This record gives sequence, C-alpha cells and structure tokens, in this order.
Amino acid sequence: MARHAYKYSAGKLLKHGLTHGDWPRMWRRPERRDSYDVVIIGGGLHGLATAYYLAKDHGITNVAVLDKGYLGGGSGRNTAIVRSNYLTPDGVAFYDRSLDLYNTMSADLNLNIMFSRRGHLTLAHTDSALRTMNWRAEVNKLQGIDSSVIGPDEVKRLAPSLDVSPDTRYPILGALHHPPGGVVRHDAVVWGYARAADHLGVHMLQETEVIDIVCEGGNGRDGKGPGGKVTGVRTNRGDISTPVVVNCTAGWASLISNMAGVPLAITTHPLQAAVTEPCKVFLPTVVVSGSLHVYVSQTDRGELVFGASIDPVGTYRVNGTLEFTEELAGHVLELMPGISKMRLLRQWSGLCDMTPDYSPIMGFTPVEGYLVDVGWGTYGFKAGPVAGETLAETIATGRTADLIAPFTIDRFTEGDLVGEKGAAAVGH
Amino acid sequence: MIVVPCPYCGPRNSVDLRNCGEVVPRPDPSTASLSEWSTYLYLRENPAGWITETWYCRSGCRRYFTIERNTVTNEIRDSEAS
Repeated sequence: MARHAYKYSAGKLLKHGLTHGDWPRMWRRPERRDSYDVVIIGGGLHGLATAYYLAKDHGITNVAVLDKGYLGGGSGRNTAIVRSNYLTPDGVAFYDRSLDLYNTMSADLNLNIMFSRRGHLTLAHTDSALRTMNWRAEVNKLQGIDSSVIGPDEVKRLAPSLDVSPDTRYPILGALHHPPGGVVRHDAVVWGYARAADHLGVHMLQETEVIDIVCEGGNGRDGKGPGGKVTGVRTNRGDISTPVVVNCTAGWASLISNMAGVPLAITTHPLQAAVTEPCKVFLPTVVVSGSLHVYVSQTDRGELVFGASIDPVGTYRVNGTLEFTEELAGHVLELMPGISKMRLLRQWSGLCDMTPDYSPIMGFTPVEGYLVDVGWGTYGFKAGPVAGETLAETIATGRTADLIAPFTIDRFTEGDLVGEKGAAAVGH
Repeated sequence: MIVVPCPYCGPRNSVDLRNCGEVVPRPDPSTASLSEWSTYLYLRENPAGWITETWYCRSGCRRYFTIERNTVTNEIRDSEAS
C-alpha cells in the first residue's frame, strides 16, 4: 500500500534548519509477509531500482527486497563514475539509457543524487589504444552519443594537471572525450531508490539472508535446475513463498544462483580502489587510462578517488594488497607527477562478478520464475537505473526487454557473446 | 600477497604466475554436445570455499600445475604437477 510521501524541498530544509526538528525516516522496517508477488535478493542499487520500477511503471507493489546485511552495502564500493561511451552498439544503447535516467533522477526521486556531469577522458598511450578510441568514438557518434577523440593539447586544456609531454614512459597521445560522463553520489542513488520504493509500498527486509531457493519439477537435486519452477525462498528469518525470485546480488551471484540449480559463467574477483586526503579542487574531469589500469576523479570534498582493474586472482577475500598500492601510485604519478606528496587516506575493495565477455547476464533462466541480474563486473553502478527499468519490464510483461536481449543467459550456449572491450577491466 | 607453491620453483608471489582458474574436465570434442561444450568453456562453480585450480609459472619454470585454494581465505593446500 502506498503511503503519503514526505517531499524534500528547500523550504523544508530551511524549516528543519531553524527548528532543529527531526527528519522522518527515509524508509520503514516493515513486518515480513509470508508471500510476495516478487522477491528480489540483494538490496543494492540494482535490486532497489528493480523494485522501484516494478512498482512505479507496472503497479506491482507486493514486492520484497531481501538483503543479508543493510541496504546498499556493496553499492558504496564503486568509484561512482557514469558514462555511455562503450564499444559495442548493444552496450552503448544500454548505458546511454542509464545516463538519461541519471540525468533526471534527482527530480524523479526527490533526492539530490549530486550528478556532476564533468566530462570523461579516456587516455590513449599507444597507437593501438588511439585506434580503439577512434573506433569507440565512431560507434558512439553513430548512436548519437557525444564522444570524440582529442589531441594532447586539448587534453592539457581540459585537465591541466596531466603530464602530456612526449618524453614520458607512457606519453599521452590523445584521449576519447565524453562530455556527458561524470560522477554521481552512489549512496544517494541507493537511498533515493529505497525511499521511493518504500513510498510505493515495497518491503525492504534487511538482515534477511537467503539460505535456499525452493524449486519444484527441475531435473536436479530437490527439484532445482532446468525445467523446474520457483516456489519460494528460505531465509534465516523464515520461509517466504513467491512465484518470482530475482537474483540481484553481486559478489555472491554464483552462490545464490547455485541455490536454484543455475550455474553461471562467472568468476568473482576483487577490485581495489583508494582515496587520498582532501586537497583543493584541481581536477575538473574524470580521467581514465586503460593502459595504466587507473581511473581518477576528484570528489566534492577534494579527495582523489582512484580505481583500478580487477585483481588477477579470483577470490572472495577483499583485503587490500601492497602490490595494488605500489602499482597504483606508480601509474597515477606517471599521469600526474604533481601529486607525489599526497597521501592515501584509505583503500578498499569490492567484489566484481566477471563474465567472459565483460557483459552482464540478465533476464530469464531455464528455471521458471528465477531471473538474474548478475555478472556486473566493473560496470554495475552506471547501469543500475537501466538494469532496474528493463528487468522490471521483463518481469511485468513476461518478455525479455529489447535493451537486454543481447545479455541473456542463452548467449553462452548459442555462442553469441557480446565482447564489450570498452569495460574498465579491459586494458587497451 | 598470495604465495603460490610451484612444485618446481618453490614458493613464489602470485604476481609471478598466472592464475588459469578452476579445473574443469574437458569433454571429448568429437562427441560433446553443444551444452556440454559451453559448460566446459564458460560455466564455473565459483564457490566460496575450496577449489582446485590451475596456475602457470610464467616467469619461472613455465609449467602448469594444479593446487587447492580456499577462495575465502586464500589458504593453499596440496600441490601436484599436472
């Protein structure tokens, strides 16, 4: 049941500032029902976005979002970059829709998500990288995306702190410039979707861990596996019956999927990131170097956020390593020698579910009523809104949405892989 | 740092080697069905726990070998040449 939404506004901010009154809670802690129309496993950006679009676009509000921890636990680990300058036409169309949704999200969700559309530079250090950038720019332009290749002088103008001299070890020969790219406050997106979904009547059940997915009729153990159908989930807080279970987890996607007897083409790798102490704002765009495996942006507080490519060994362990810090520091200083005195404040890592073709696995599976939204590798944050929207459409209509047709699980048996070489994990 | 015991070169930092992933039995290509072959190529157990995996000692003896590693703790046991 929908409830009256408490709208945020400048007037409310002034009122609360003057009266020091309490703000209402952004979402409730609802009593669990015994049955739901749709159960979404994973209360991160993707799960919450799916729940929100199910309720808003399709009127399906008897929905539960389960999370074994708290909402957005993993969604705050990414480096908050959004862009749509991918390499395959499938990828470009998909991520561009996501950028559109991010553009109007603050108004749609009545919460400032702090979208800073500051532009995105992907540096090229070799002729082959420059060739890939040209390829990407042409694919992008064909689909109406603002994206072009620029020379070192223009790079220097856009980001003066970069060393564009030709005598460095990895000289900057040019860059793919993508003005619509930028950064978004990732926690705010989670909060915005959670609050809006809650207003529409969705139940978000935190600290509710799924122990098993209950199936019948399948050809595997306990009626799981292809040919079967989902009847419910078993959690640490009791059983829930439902005809539709959606796996929106990251890091644990394979473990959850094996509960339904659907093995995935995924290996889980950690991706490490780090943030420096805050300093005066000097970096006006997002800077990425595929060859050096690093991406940098500066937060509103002045900290530099660094991301890298995935760790080469698949593991669920998320501790930081010295190898990462050393390599990162070396590569960043290669680009920006001027920050050699800056200190790292903190480093962390998040789990990335990597697929062989750097593209997600979305939609229906051989088990009726079990859908996946997994394999989000290094591109899950920027895709969150469109993933939720298309998945909600798929669930509501019973038909795979057009935008995600290239990403279905069948592609592995049919040999129709996507090959997204524009992903952050791919070196150029 | 993960220390990988190469059966020929002794303990090495994992950055000196290449991780080739879980060991998956290879079906006979002449008789395998499409689904068996795609299972072999793409599908992985990816468990949180012990796996048997292949490593390539790329900057040492350049041989392949298998070990058992716990994907949650990165603890390693057993090392045998393959």
